[in-house]
Amino acid sequence: MGSSVYIAGVGVISGIGNNVEEHLRAFEQEEAGMGDITMLNTIHKGELPVAEVKLSNKELVAMTGLPPNTSRTALLSLVAAREALNDSEIANFESLRTGFVSANTVGGMDKSEDFFVDFLADNNKGKLRNVFDHECGSKTEIVADQLGISDYMTTISTACSSSANAIFYGARLIKNDLLDVVIAGGTDALTKFTLNGFNTLMILDKQFCKPFDEHREGLNLGEGAGYLVLVSEKVAQTLSKPVYCKLSGYNNSNDAYHQTASSPDGTGSYLAMKGALEKSGLKPADIDYINLHGTGTPNNDSAEGTAVKRLFNPNYPPMSSTKSYTGHTLGASGGIEAVFSVLAIKHGIIYPNLRFETQMNDLPFAPETKFLRGQQINHVMSNSFGFGGNCTSLIFSRA
Amino acid sequence: MKTYIRSASCISPQKTFRSEDFLTDIIEYTGTRLNTIEPDYKEFIDPKLIRRMSNVIKMGVASAKDCLNQAGVEMPGAIVTGTALGCLEDTVGFMTRMVEQNEELLPPTAFIQSTHNTVAAQVALMLKCHGYNNTFVHKGISFESALIDAIMLLREQEADKILVGGTEEMVDTSFKILTRLGLYRRQPTSNLELLSTEAKGSMGGEGAAFFLLSNKASEDNLAALGAVKTLYNTNDIEAGIAKFLAENNLKPEDIDLVITGKNGDLKNDAVYKQLNSSIFKNNNIANYKHLCGEYSTSSSFALWLAANVIKRGITPQTVIEKQINDKTPKMVLIYNHYLHKYHSLMLVSAI
Repeated sequence: MGSSVYIAGVGVISGIGNNVEEHLRAFEQEEAGMGDITMLNTIHKGELPVAEVKLSNKELVAMTGLPPNTSRTALLSLVAAREALNDSEIANFESLRTGFVSANTVGGMDKSEDFFVDFLADNNKGKLRNVFDHECGSKTEIVADQLGISDYMTTISTACSSSANAIFYGARLIKNDLLDVVIAGGTDALTKFTLNGFNTLMILDKQFCKPFDEHREGLNLGEGAGYLVLVSEKVAQTLSKPVYCKLSGYNNSNDAYHQTASSPDGTGSYLAMKGALEKSGLKPADIDYINLHGTGTPNNDSAEGTAVKRLFNPNYPPMSSTKSYTGHTLGASGGIEAVFSVLAIKHGIIYPNLRFETQMNDLPFAPETKFLRGQQINHVMSNSFGFGGNCTSLIFSRA
Repeated sequence: MKTYIRSASCISPQKTFRSEDFLTDIIEYTGTRLNTIEPDYKEFIDPKLIRRMSNVIKMGVASAKDCLNQAGVEMPGAIVTGTALGCLEDTVGFMTRMVEQNEELLPPTAFIQSTHNTVAAQVALMLKCHGYNNTFVHKGISFESALIDAIMLLREQEADKILVGGTEEMVDTSFKILTRLGLYRRQPTSNLELLSTEAKGSMGGEGAAFFLLSNKASEDNLAALGAVKTLYNTNDIEAGIAKFLAENNLKPEDIDLVITGKNGDLKNDAVYKQLNSSIFKNNNIANYKHLCGEYSTSSSFALWLAANVIKRGITPQTVIEKQINDKTPKMVLIYNHYLHKYHSLMLVSAI
């Protein structure tokens, strides 16, 4: 079905940078984005570290040109999506069939939770401008309008695998010849709703997270957005600069074990990685780097590690969780980490897994702890797993 | 390759669920909102689980299971759902506690069940279905996005039996906010008069409808799903519809029945009225939102209606707005729009 889908542009914003360049610098200097909560008005301030984007809403409004009251979810989305589109330098964008497929998990919750305080006291109170576009889809629409997308847009929400699913749904729209160009990825802003939600599950680390460490104690939440510009083979041939790589494999499988916990043997993760390899026609030994889901919770890293072992044993490629830099950006993580995966191929780099000290007892491998450059990287696997058993793996390959 | 609707199951404010009757025994609601009729969920869901489940999870899971039962399919190859607002009962529940208890001592259940993919996840969990699983959350085209995904999966031969559903629940909070935003009527109305009284606003609604889509021809199929298309912010919907029909080698006169998304709101319905006297001038026209109310995935109710109209060869009296001829419906077009921004077109035909 269809021909290859290429990556022509990338854009990202997270706790470690506001654009691609700043991310590359932070990775090299091993600067994590976590710190005390400064923007949310919550009782967990000073107690739970998070990786905030280092720009206030006011600054994001000035940067994007969006109206002052816009949800942070949409502000972050536009910054990264616009960077990706500009980066692609597609000359005849308006004449192509274009789409925007974006993911997020809580839409305009940052504004709705303000609204809700007044609304709870009196149902006729609360400013409607803070809630009228609460829906996840509204965030996509705001950004699509700014990007000049008119043919098709949609929003995906499958918890923490959301934007990985958005990316390969976008690629399939091209493969099925419905569109020529799709900007795909996801966004999520920190909210009290998600912070408290994860806190009730007791999976938030009070220190900076330690993915894939024997003594890991949970995740740190983050925020941000990451997008790829996906183009058809035909469009790729018209570009003024070389494409980054292609999306060679993808798979979405369900763990079907528990609403929030991963199965001990990582069935869903295993099936997703295996399915993506099959789709790409590659063998495990062909993978040069795995960008792990690696949230830092005991459960995820154990299940994911077991699945990696099942598939890759005994030859393990370098792997790391960049959530040790950005925190877990939920619905944005698949998009953000797809950008990192694409950059790994382009620049021949592998990102370190920060704060790793002790190898997990159950696993025969440890993540990469050094920033490596000058690597020949042809194939990168990116994992994104979420609540509801939703597991997705993507594979990017040198074009 | 053709896409077939093998089975369809719908929980709605009418007697649509596991009912032999096809919309002859209509329930009248007087007010501003229609709520789904709760079936006996014990047949479909473990009673221990029912207690903890919100309305949208229950109706989603039950209609999904009934849909599979009807099709005689135990395990679908993929599960795809659409919902604009997701699990509102749990979202509002968690938020309320968060505010009232000042973020302290919150139980996790509501948060766990608040994610938009909960219905698709719960169906997968109950079936132990490890296949493709996705959830679309894009306003008035959430369900259509799910259908487009399913049709592509069939074409790509990733799966040959796909469970696709549209779900939406209306809770007091969303109903109140959407009423304040002007979506629903301020004065009580009978749903049976919703489409004939001209006023501002519609009636709120909710529901769940699931479909088993397959690429295998079979006499048991209800109908064929010819095409699904969405249009954004178009300023000429008439041209958009004509183009859609042409893309499918059809002319307006080939359509035996047009099902439109008329909802009783003056502004909303203007475009349907205009089309009624132009491109659909010589077509039979039906409406459905007086039966299920207005909600973002109501087009899934319309698809359930269309599939049944074709299978049974009957157009229920309650949906008919204009009858030009009494031809047995073999080609049905569904046209719905969401606040004039998102337009969706679906073609449903006899197998």
